[in-house]
Amino acid sequence: MFGLDNKDTRMLLVVAVLTLCAPFILNPFPTDSAMAQFNAGYPDLMQRFVIFGIFAIGFNILFGLTGYLSFGHAAFLGVGSYSAVWMFKLLSMNVVPAIMLSVVISGLFALLIGFVSLRRSGIYFSILTLAFAQMSFNLAYSVLTPITNGETGLQLTLEDPRVLGVSATADGSIPVTNLFGMEMRSTFEMVVGPWAFQFNAGYYLCALILLAAFYLSIRIFRSPFGMMLRAVKSNQQRMNYTGLNTKPYTLAAFVISGMYAGLAGGLMASMDPLAGAERMQWTASGEVVLMTILGGAGTLIGPVLGAGFIKYFENIFSKINDNVLHGWFSFMPDGLEDFVVFIIHPFIGKGWHLTLGILFMLVVVFLPGGLVEGGQRIAKWVKGRKNKDDSASATKTPAE
Amino acid sequence: MGILEVKNVGKRFGGLQALGDVNLSVKENTVHAIIGPNGAGKSTLLNCLVGKLIPDTGSVMFDGQSVLGRKPYEINQMGISRVFQTPEIFGDLTVMENMLIPCFAKRDGAFSLNAITSVPSETDVIEKAEAMLVEMNMADKRHMHSASLSRGDKRRLEIGMCLSQEPRLLLLDEPTAGMARADTNNTIDLLKEIKDQRDITIAIIEHDMHVVFSLADRITVLAQGTPLVEDDPQNIRGNPKVREAYLGESA
Repeated sequence: MFGLDNKDTRMLLVVAVLTLCAPFILNPFPTDSAMAQFNAGYPDLMQRFVIFGIFAIGFNILFGLTGYLSFGHAAFLGVGSYSAVWMFKLLSMNVVPAIMLSVVISGLFALLIGFVSLRRSGIYFSILTLAFAQMSFNLAYSVLTPITNGETGLQLTLEDPRVLGVSATADGSIPVTNLFGMEMRSTFEMVVGPWAFQFNAGYYLCALILLAAFYLSIRIFRSPFGMMLRAVKSNQQRMNYTGLNTKPYTLAAFVISGMYAGLAGGLMASMDPLAGAERMQWTASGEVVLMTILGGAGTLIGPVLGAGFIKYFENIFSKINDNVLHGWFSFMPDGLEDFVVFIIHPFIGKGWHLTLGILFMLVVVFLPGGLVEGGQRIAKWVKGRKNKDDSASATKTPAE
Repeated sequence: MGILEVKNVGKRFGGLQALGDVNLSVKENTVHAIIGPNGAGKSTLLNCLVGKLIPDTGSVMFDGQSVLGRKPYEINQMGISRVFQTPEIFGDLTVMENMLIPCFAKRDGAFSLNAITSVPSETDVIEKAEAMLVEMNMADKRHMHSASLSRGDKRRLEIGMCLSQEPRLLLLDEPTAGMARADTNNTIDLLKEIKDQRDITIAIIEHDMHVVFSLADRITVLAQGTPLVEDDPQNIRGNPKVREAYLGESA
């Protein structure tokens, strides 16, 4: 289907079902139950899942296929966000032109940075991209204040021209982002017994774009172009002596992944129309590296899993505090309860980074292929056990 | 006039004159061997032919066009393929993919943003790669990771990859270095087959005299960066100058 083989079609369908049913899947616990804090099915977080999914899918086209580790991809995300907010300020609150502009501008930006950085490979390439991203961050933070509004961040105001829209709504407030009139923040709540499922217009726009982005990445992975990118990672010497110019291949991969990052940035601004310099900081660049490696670099679905995993931890683990822990362990005797809470305390709330760090370490050491490899190992183990059962029963049968 | 004309080529690395004044003419559809003791400048000469090094003096003409100043991929697109001393293949890719890449390079040139079609739908390229795998006797290994092939098979694959580009000149840099006797003989047989069945010129750098005398139509002996003799194999065997260069004066 759609020019994909059966296996890829199945994977695309699985991702489609997961994203489109996410409001149900991420809300397994009744609203007023004790477990409700593990629910992730609210619009804000679901939007972040898919937006960072897109970011990581794009990063994986560069890192997973060519092996070039960019440490500056957040710069493109930030550029995308700024472009989108400017479109909201100047043109209209419709998200379509904003997203298109963010993809184009970040693509051009990636072309420039890629052209310089790709003169080197390996660690030097990583350092160059990191330097460019930090330069972009500092430009956005202070030097380019007229364009980026410095540390306050770029926001919408009532004085913005919005040529094709209105500067202010009838009741004097700033208009909201929309898709041809459908407001991005509009949410339909479905209450089923003790559960409340939220369906948000913005989330579904992001989810559909994620599916398109994922489909495109499958096509790239399976194309001759994708095979050449894997060849770049494998042996550049052989490529050069096979009549292939590696430079445009790596540059094309860099620009494509920069455009994915810009798309993610544009979507971020479309959901919440503001853009700040901190989006370009090196920690943000590092995060997408973590997502891709955690999920499984070079695999199709890995980056999406990694993005979901990290964003879930960031938002859910950081919300657990000592009071919640005391609630959980209240069945224990007093001294023991305090002790257990004391032990767990550094890993929750603000300490969620510690938990993430430990998990990342475990994955890199024991599952170099990321969560995808973990899944494959489990599948193999289950299959192996089943086969053993079969052969065991097969040997038994003659005896009976 | 040969297909490859090397004239007065010199190359200096700091204080070391790696190549003095090399003249070499490789005739079309012959096998030309370049031999010489260690440090004679064989590899430097080869690197000057493929664009890895630019000689300080002299000219290198391939089929009437200068190769100097061109990038390795441009020289390859002109019709020169190179086989390395240690097989250079795409170790992370399967044998079939290894064979597909040169076929795509031949069809689409040095760069093509072909991200729309899928590899299995490119039937013309697949058929060509498949035919080459059959010719190289590797069809049953097509799904194997090429890094897990034996040394001899890696060499076969690399030669197949070069041939699938239909080069006019095939350069081999010690193709049997570090090989067991059986693998060496297989490689010799393969190269003989290639020489007999194709319109191809082969230039080979080699240490192993058994390989050289089994294949070469013409031999150039290189010593200390300059060609000592160029002659037919039977005359090279008995040449006292060659013996001296190889075995030292005392011999």
